[in-house]
Amino acid sequence: MLDILHRYWTLFLVGSWPNGPLGGFAATLILAGSGILSSFPLAIGLGMARVSPLGWFRWPATVWVYTFRGIPLIMIIFWAYFVMPVMTGYKVPPFATALCAIVVYESAFLAEIVRAGLHGLPPGQIEAARSIGLSYGQAMRHVILPQALVNMIPSLVNQFVSTIKATSIVYIIGVEEVTFAALQVNSVEMTRALQTFLVLAGYYFVACASLTYVARRIEMHIAQRRMQPAGQKTLVAGVVESAG
Amino acid sequence: MEFQLSFLASGDVPSLLLSGLMTTLRLFCGAWILGFVVALALVALRTIPLAPVTMLVAAFVAYHRNVPTVVQIMVWYFGMPAVLPEPVRLWVNHSDTEFLFALVALGLNVSAYMSEDIRSGLRAIPHTQLEAARSIGLGAFAALRYVTLPQAIRISLPPLINRSLILFKDTSLAMAIGVAELTYQVKAIENLTFRSFEVFTASTLLYLAGSLTLMGIGAWFASHYPPPYRG
Repeated sequence: MLDILHRYWTLFLVGSWPNGPLGGFAATLILAGSGILSSFPLAIGLGMARVSPLGWFRWPATVWVYTFRGIPLIMIIFWAYFVMPVMTGYKVPPFATALCAIVVYESAFLAEIVRAGLHGLPPGQIEAARSIGLSYGQAMRHVILPQALVNMIPSLVNQFVSTIKATSIVYIIGVEEVTFAALQVNSVEMTRALQTFLVLAGYYFVACASLTYVARRIEMHIAQRRMQPAGQKTLVAGVVESAG
Repeated sequence: MEFQLSFLASGDVPSLLLSGLMTTLRLFCGAWILGFVVALALVALRTIPLAPVTMLVAAFVAYHRNVPTVVQIMVWYFGMPAVLPEPVRLWVNHSDTEFLFALVALGLNVSAYMSEDIRSGLRAIPHTQLEAARSIGLGAFAALRYVTLPQAIRISLPPLINRSLILFKDTSLAMAIGVAELTYQVKAIENLTFRSFEVFTASTLLYLAGSLTLMGIGAWFASHYPPPYRG
């Protein structure tokens, strides 16, 4: 197993780069990272629409969330692969296709995290903000979202872990990420499949386990800040405190 | 090219979709049962106060939670035949190889998550329950079996149902090793006919029907079996 790692670690890490496109685990992280970042604004909109008192916003957002949480990512990738060339008129590269599918898929999950964050705030927050004369948009922008987002950080990190794991299927449309690299190695090293795929598993394991650890630390930190007596609070802790 | 619903009723299409759906459901049910049984075993093992046992179970859970499901399927399908004992390998090779490996991989994957769900349910039960059970003469295993575990499973029903939904969607990953489940058949029909829109719509609706059913069961349980009152 170690000699597989020794011989192919660069292929696993960056693919055929610098002689070819950037691939391997770097591509996995870029795909997952840009996927979750691009879906975040969409998710905030969806999350706010999900708690909106206006049915015109609430219902489409609810249908969106339930639909994309209810079908496998592969189906969304198939749809993107089929629909995007028709819509744009160009042949879309696999990476962009996969990114679009992941943005749509993750937006549904992130929207539920945003919704939970908004629900976690006491209703007095929005009432107070409105009663001092802020508009709905101002209240959301300056009072509600900043508090809700701090509480959401651990869930967001966990969702990033889920996204890293979810990207492992995009090799199916030819994106050269780390699972693609492992399949390449496997086709060269025919007889050592177990070692090859355990090395692949190791790459994911190290990244996901450490990110999960970070999420847990942040969660503990937020919970601890919340327990502190009122006199010791910093500004940020005060925001968190009023959320709990 | 316009949308033709009649295409879905033509030729081999309905029978291919149906056989794909049946394979998906068989895979889901098989992996769920395997996962639940292994999860119970893991929960029971974790109660043994021996450091090596606890560490082994923790490592099993950590591996299955931090490695993508499709990679776990590949480890089983491509990697395991080399290390399985000869009789087992022959038996697997003579039956539905891809299906069996996918079932084992998905089952073990979901067992790790389920065992954590049940364990956190177990933690929610007051310690006095166990003490009372032991003091009326039940052994450690009997106390778990008859007193704490049934309550823990009820508390952990919402996460267990949510996990079942993820398992249902994860069965689509079995296409990576060539299991002829719904997604695999969809791709096969699309390659033959280029009727992408019709066949994707049909399969999306089928997956959605399954998922919404599971979400509905979850909502029903949540409203009919609220968490027990804890005073």
